[in-house]
Amino acid sequence: MNRGVSWPALWLGIIGFGILYVPVMVMVVYSFNAGRLVSVWAGFSTKWYGELMQNDQVLEALGKSLWVAVNAATLSTVFGVLIALAFVRYGNFRFRLLLSALASTPLVMPEVVTGLSLLLLFIAMEGFLGWPAGRGLDTIIIAHTTFGMCFAAIVVQSRLRDFDMSIEEAAADLGATQPFIFFSITLPVIAPAVVAAWLLAFTLSFDDLVIASFVSGPGSSTLPIVVFSKVRLGVTPEINALATIMIALVAASVITASIIIYRNAAGRVATTQKGSQP
Amino acid sequence: MTPFIRIRNVTRRFGDVLAVDDLSLDIDRGELFCLLGASGCGKTTLLRMLAGFERVDSGSIEIDGIDMAAVPPAARPVNIMFQNYALFPHMSVADNIAYGLRRAGLPKPEIVARLEELLRLVRLDGMGGRKPHQLSGGQRQRVALARALARRPKLLLLDEPLAALDKKLREDTQFELVDIQERLETTFIVVTHDQEEAMTLASRIGVMDAGRLVQVDTPRTLYDRPCNSFIADFLGTVSFLEGVVASVNDGSIMVDGPVPVTAANPGGFAVGDVVRMAVRPEKIALGPEARGAINEIPVTVEDLAFTGVATNYRVIGPEGVRLKLTQPNRRGEAASLEWEQQGFVSFDPADVVLLRD
Repeated sequence: MNRGVSWPALWLGIIGFGILYVPVMVMVVYSFNAGRLVSVWAGFSTKWYGELMQNDQVLEALGKSLWVAVNAATLSTVFGVLIALAFVRYGNFRFRLLLSALASTPLVMPEVVTGLSLLLLFIAMEGFLGWPAGRGLDTIIIAHTTFGMCFAAIVVQSRLRDFDMSIEEAAADLGATQPFIFFSITLPVIAPAVVAAWLLAFTLSFDDLVIASFVSGPGSSTLPIVVFSKVRLGVTPEINALATIMIALVAASVITASIIIYRNAAGRVATTQKGSQP
Repeated sequence: MTPFIRIRNVTRRFGDVLAVDDLSLDIDRGELFCLLGASGCGKTTLLRMLAGFERVDSGSIEIDGIDMAAVPPAARPVNIMFQNYALFPHMSVADNIAYGLRRAGLPKPEIVARLEELLRLVRLDGMGGRKPHQLSGGQRQRVALARALARRPKLLLLDEPLAALDKKLREDTQFELVDIQERLETTFIVVTHDQEEAMTLASRIGVMDAGRLVQVDTPRTLYDRPCNSFIADFLGTVSFLEGVVASVNDGSIMVDGPVPVTAANPGGFAVGDVVRMAVRPEKIALGPEARGAINEIPVTVEDLAFTGVATNYRVIGPEGVRLKLTQPNRRGEAASLEWEQQGFVSFDPADVVLLRD
């Protein structure tokens, strides 16, 4: 494998990753800038982080974003697992292909379309049903769940596909019945994928701006909405600090998800190997 | 007395394929029964029908006098040991084994006592805390066995129980399995494609082909008196000879063919019948000189292979008749014949099996 370094490949790699991460690095570096001007370095300081902690508007928005993300991620995961079970376990039911295409359409649907159509739906529902009364955090949670569950379903589906059905049969044979089998056997075995799906849905919800802008109401501005409105008045180092914190949070959950998936894959290899030493 | 397991005209169809075709079989209490057949012959389907995982299209299955049609897997007095063991990967050995006991709602002290007993039975004392991926293949196999035995089933089904183990370990485990079966007196049904495994384990073997039982007998009868050439060929090595019955006496039948053969008369054959005869390789004697024995044929050694315990020969006789034979390697004896040498083979009329197909 390691047959020395191929220089063109190395340069391509550096350029590629540079395009991806230099802007982020610049922003992270300037979040520690002592001066007020975004493009002039005036020495190292963490004062913008301190000021951020004093900013009630930002802290409140952060709290709302976390609340929305946790709820949306949880709902997405529950629905995602159900979707995945339906597609993997119930074989070739009628309209299966059509339904599975429909289930993944929100992945490629332009966010503007999703946001606008949900807004129209909420308004119509309010007119006919009286619920939801106005737009707020609840509508953002519903909106985020509609696309989060598609991602969750895909993550869980791939794990369920190589799930060894005979262990559920073994549980049934040993006297267990559904739903006990699901909670004692199926769910623990697919747990890593479920956690990964939750983290993915969480990050998607946490950094969504477009859909949230459509379906949020007065007093329900999430963090991305607040950041965006602040940036329109000019970028401050405070925003850089905030963005750095958001990157850290998202990176942490993505890395956690990757580690869980990787560990699980490694463990699975160990279990399926039919060792024969006595 | 009704048999313990009574399978009556059971059929199962997958699309156009008849996996199990109008099969009937009785198995007695305490038997170690082997279903033997090549992959795809329907033996696993039959096993899964007994466990309740596969629907029965037509026919009936009774276990201990009770019709199983409406009984779900969880409620059957049957447990199954899966081919890949199907251990719960997220549970320790102890939790795996105790899963069925907890489901049965046994009091805690009894679960603990039975767990200990089972771990001792399969020689895994002190390993209760390990996870399946920390065990060797042989240990995993024993956990699966203990888990399947935990609820004290009346019938234990084993799907290729030893297929995942290597040869040496498989031989030891075979005897262990028989030993456990004899101690518990539970009825075992083992599915296998390995004829040697079936012979070692079983008190009776049912050989399956294309969803049907071809012959059900003790290992010895199956080997010595196969009912047709499929069974003769499937179980061990065999040489076939063809011919036409020339004369029938009380004790023997003379068959005319490329080489004339005298065979013991099993009854039911008449002069003029076209027959196929099977002779096992170890029943054929080989020597350099003619001794004037019955069924003596002059041959040339075509091929020989030294295997340690014995030497296997392929010889060619008159009109291209080929025979396979095995000569044990006794102390102080060199291989009696070498490549391309001429000699004589002979076999007892009692060792010739006349086949009806």
